[in-house]
Amino acid sequence: MSGPKLCLWGLSRCLIYFLLLNVFGLLFHLPMAAAQQRLIALDKLQSGLAFTGPEILDLQGDDFANPGLPFLEKGAKLWNQVSGKNDKSCQSCHGELKSMKGAATRYPAIDKASGHLFNLEDRIRHCRQKRQKAAEWPLESEELLSITLYVTSASNGMPIKVSIDGKAQSHFEAGQKIFTTRQGQMNLACTQCHDQRYGIKLFTDKLSQGQPNAYPAYRIEWQRLASLERRLRFCYTGVKAEIPAWGHEDMRDISLYLMWRAQGLKIEVPSVRK
Amino acid sequence: MTTARLQLPARIVEGDVFKLRLLVQHPMDSGFLRDLEGVLVKRNVIRHLQCIFHDKEVFRVEPTTGTSANPLFEFYLRATKSGELYFRWVDDKGYIGELRQKLVIEPANQSKAPKP
Amino acid sequence: MLFSLSRRDCLSRFLKASVGVWGMGSGMSHAQDMSVLGRVQDMTDARLRQFDEMIAPYVVRQPVKQGGITLSLPMLADNGHLVPLSLKVDSPMTEESHVTHIYVISQRNPVPLMAMFVLGPWNGRAELSMRVRLSGTQMVVVLARMSDGTFRYETQEVVVTEAACIDNG
Repeated sequence: MSGPKLCLWGLSRCLIYFLLLNVFGLLFHLPMAAAQQRLIALDKLQSGLAFTGPEILDLQGDDFANPGLPFLEKGAKLWNQVSGKNDKSCQSCHGELKSMKGAATRYPAIDKASGHLFNLEDRIRHCRQKRQKAAEWPLESEELLSITLYVTSASNGMPIKVSIDGKAQSHFEAGQKIFTTRQGQMNLACTQCHDQRYGIKLFTDKLSQGQPNAYPAYRIEWQRLASLERRLRFCYTGVKAEIPAWGHEDMRDISLYLMWRAQGLKIEVPSVRK
Repeated sequence: MTTARLQLPARIVEGDVFKLRLLVQHPMDSGFLRDLEGVLVKRNVIRHLQCIFHDKEVFRVEPTTGTSANPLFEFYLRATKSGELYFRWVDDKGYIGELRQKLVIEPANQSKAPKP
Repeated sequence: MLFSLSRRDCLSRFLKASVGVWGMGSGMSHAQDMSVLGRVQDMTDARLRQFDEMIAPYVVRQPVKQGGITLSLPMLADNGHLVPLSLKVDSPMTEESHVTHIYVISQRNPVPLMAMFVLGPWNGRAELSMRVRLSGTQMVVVLARMSDGTFRYETQEVVVTEAACIDNG
């Protein structure tokens, strides 16, 4: 073919492929937005434990030496600690830990007063500020993590079930969109690894389903207890995307989507993860 | 405020060599890593940890930055007579951590049940 | 066997390159860049110590023999920050014959000694467990000093890989 003809031929090919990819791309996204399609069937849900090595399994199963346990003890102490201008402890209003049974299975949830989506850490911080009138515990502080772990432990073994009705619907859709959209320098969507390729090895790590049921978790890489928010921010690092600020709504939206996706999976704390 | 927990066997008879497990909550900051704000975290590790029983040091470990955070130590002791186990550790900041636990050791001739 | 130099070299270059790209992409300053590079496991630059170097601070001229120690470490560590280690030295732990010191030594860590234990006949058994940090694939040496002044040792190699997604906290 001569020059100009080759150019035209090439151009038209490109145009066709470009249109096909975009139409295909749109088609791929539309079903996600419209239907609440589960990319992992409910009976195929697996906790991160299914993808870890024997040492982590041992660590988590050790009733005494699980590295998350001292934080759970600390959480118990904080539950009973009187704090703030109102001279109350968590125990003053909520009684014993068992009153928190099921709480962790329902969060993130819409806060009726403000209309915002709260995760469990937000709820606890809110309670501390408004009801106890105590100094705030910053996000990811050891106190907040310990008490969140303690509250979550009341729901140990209980199946996750969050609501995505009413005001939560738009947050759910936003979270779903983030999960299924490519981002970062590596241009990866969460779904590509965690829905489509779980169980496959990336270097020596087995990709997990990215489930939220075991948070706060003792993450060995950070050598301390970590929240789901911190873990999600690290996911952003993993795909070389710009990390949103602490407390960002996106993190809560993703958490809500993850919890919906994990419906039926049992809460499992204190857990140990890589 | 760090916590520490100690695990001992349910029953210890005089003459038994029994296992102790000690888990200490301590960050064991190596001085090589940064915190969430990107600031280098100063080195702060437990310099030494000892177990004193009947006024005698019966176990000592001197960990370094090469020991994991929230360290676990498992060791053995020969059971002699009942008393108080006293664990004491000091870190780079000079913080002194302590744990005391009563150790009940049954005399050998009284034990009729098979040893665990 | 440890990775051959060429494979280590390749992996190290790949890691550096990907971090470099990231560094450029996120507009990090050079200083920050270097700290991340410092954190990335650099398998060619972190020098592997010789065995003699590792035991030299503790053994002067006394006899050193391999054996009599059961050392248990995972062959592939889940994460270098927490590697469970168990050891047992064959010794009657009597007044006449017992272990006095146990040294746990790293081949590649910035600080070679990971922990030192002091024992005596009151322990009944020279058996210990702990959790170590290993900065990269390396050999771990456990050195035991006996009450007669002699030394025994055992070694094991542990493969420690960098996390699949490079962490920055």
